[in-house]
Amino acid sequence: MAVSFAAFGALALAAMLLAPLVGSTPISLSRVFDRSIPFADNVDAQIFFVARLPRVLAAALVGAALALAGVVFQALLRNPLASPDTLGVSAGAALGAVLAITFNADFTLLGVTAVPLASFAGSIGALIIVYGLSAARRRGTSTLVLLLAGVTLTSLLSAISAFVRYLADFTETIRTVRWLMGSLDVGAFTPIAVAIVPMGMAMMGFAMLPRVLDLISMGADAAAARGVDVARAERVALVSASLATGSAVALAGPIGFVGIVVPHLVRLLVGADHRVVLPASALFGASFLIACDLIARIVFVTEVPVGVVTALIGGPFFLWLLFRHA
Amino acid sequence: MIEVRGVSFTYPRGDRTILREVSLLLRPGAIVGLLGPNGCGKTTLLRLLSGTLTPNNGEVLLAGNPLSALTRRDIARRIAVVPQETHATFEFTVLDVVLMGRYPHLGPFELEGPADLEIAYRALAATGTGHLEARPFASLSGGEKQRVVIAGALAQTADVMLLDEPTASLDLAYQLEVAALLRDLNRTHGTTMVVCTHDLNMAASLCDEVVLLRDGGVLAHGPTADTITVESINATFGVAADVRFHAAAGHLAVVPIARTS
Repeated sequence: MAVSFAAFGALALAAMLLAPLVGSTPISLSRVFDRSIPFADNVDAQIFFVARLPRVLAAALVGAALALAGVVFQALLRNPLASPDTLGVSAGAALGAVLAITFNADFTLLGVTAVPLASFAGSIGALIIVYGLSAARRRGTSTLVLLLAGVTLTSLLSAISAFVRYLADFTETIRTVRWLMGSLDVGAFTPIAVAIVPMGMAMMGFAMLPRVLDLISMGADAAAARGVDVARAERVALVSASLATGSAVALAGPIGFVGIVVPHLVRLLVGADHRVVLPASALFGASFLIACDLIARIVFVTEVPVGVVTALIGGPFFLWLLFRHA
Repeated sequence: MIEVRGVSFTYPRGDRTILREVSLLLRPGAIVGLLGPNGCGKTTLLRLLSGTLTPNNGEVLLAGNPLSALTRRDIARRIAVVPQETHATFEFTVLDVVLMGRYPHLGPFELEGPADLEIAYRALAATGTGHLEARPFASLSGGEKQRVVIAGALAQTADVMLLDEPTASLDLAYQLEVAALLRDLNRTHGTTMVVCTHDLNMAASLCDEVVLLRDGGVLAHGPTADTITVESINATFGVAADVRFHAAAGHLAVVPIARTS
């Protein structure tokens, strides 16, 4: 257990330190942390901390949040195919953003602009609907019904998004399309600092869950018979995973694949115990998205949407792992 | 000791009363069979006994305390459940699955210690599954899985074990094996067992007492040899049967012959 944490922790730390060194202007790590040069004169430090670190931190946060949400939804729904998008929270976030872009919403709150705010509001709206559905579940609806309801809600919200985009003019459509591809280019520390609040609340929820998720993944009744307060655990899991997803999408747009490929990869490496899987997925999700974003920045002539890279790299790699083990 | 006192139950939004005014006293250390036709309320009664369902009327008492007044953890320390089938979504090992039985004994952030591991290994040994310890649970046969789930229930160190059709999905050899295991655990650990089953011969071989249920009520409750009779089987299942003592098996044997209703 300790070995796994050390390995995944070292990987995440290395990714966070090394990724900002790479880019169009080469900089050196020793110069970045050279205290003898004042910050105002230290170009390397400025590039590292001001230009590149926010983007790397955003990648780390979003990667960790999406991977954690994926793990939790998969265990909660007892379905390995579940992802942070499954219950409609991402679609709600997308609808919020599409509305804000199309209607040129122009307001800021705590230094955050309209699009991420609307996106977060959209995810909260979707969460409220899903929460209502899960309350129905406690009156005897199965997990399968919750899953179907989530898929239906996703389709419904996506259809509304599509309709709004159909009404929009060309410029707004381009902006929407770019947003829907996802980007970690957050530009400053402020959006990250704001996103940390809901993500921190989600983390507190996740911290209560690991053992409970082990038991719930074996069946709700079986978990209850082992002493789990299943209704309460489901509530905590649903709200924290939705908050994590909503704030990740608000920060960087919908970035697919992290929430499904990272948890499965981690499970292949460390086994099924969520007390290891959950923290390891957070660390590995952060590393994975930093690496994907790095590739999106430097490998191609122009910058590629990071969501395209996560799928292009994660997909074949995951398939290879699956069939190597099968 | 478990006492069921005037329990009635209807599922939310259900139009049918599943159990009406059921009262039962389950003797500590006994193996009690719950028998009855499909829809008679056996499984519902079992879920009320485990506290996963709450009665609409009446109460289930565990050592004099109503289950509704106890937390899930408190109940789980005293009552373990073995479901008909267990499906693992992820690749847990056999030892992982057995250690989950320790959940109600651990604090919120506490990891299993040496004492918990020792209990888990003893449970594996008692169910003859020690050699499977490191195998993925999902890769086991039906009989092996059921023995491992029973080991998990043992690791819960509860004094009551509720089993829902524990042998229904098993072949003949595994049915005998699991029944023998249950009898052995009952003798060595003094565990009270409540077994839901359709298999009258299994009940006859395993249970000290049987409860016959029909249409949500108790038709008969008593020592197995006195309670499983031609008349009671006809009244419970609407089936004419031959019931006689089988000398080689050492218990009653039931041969169903024809429907009577």
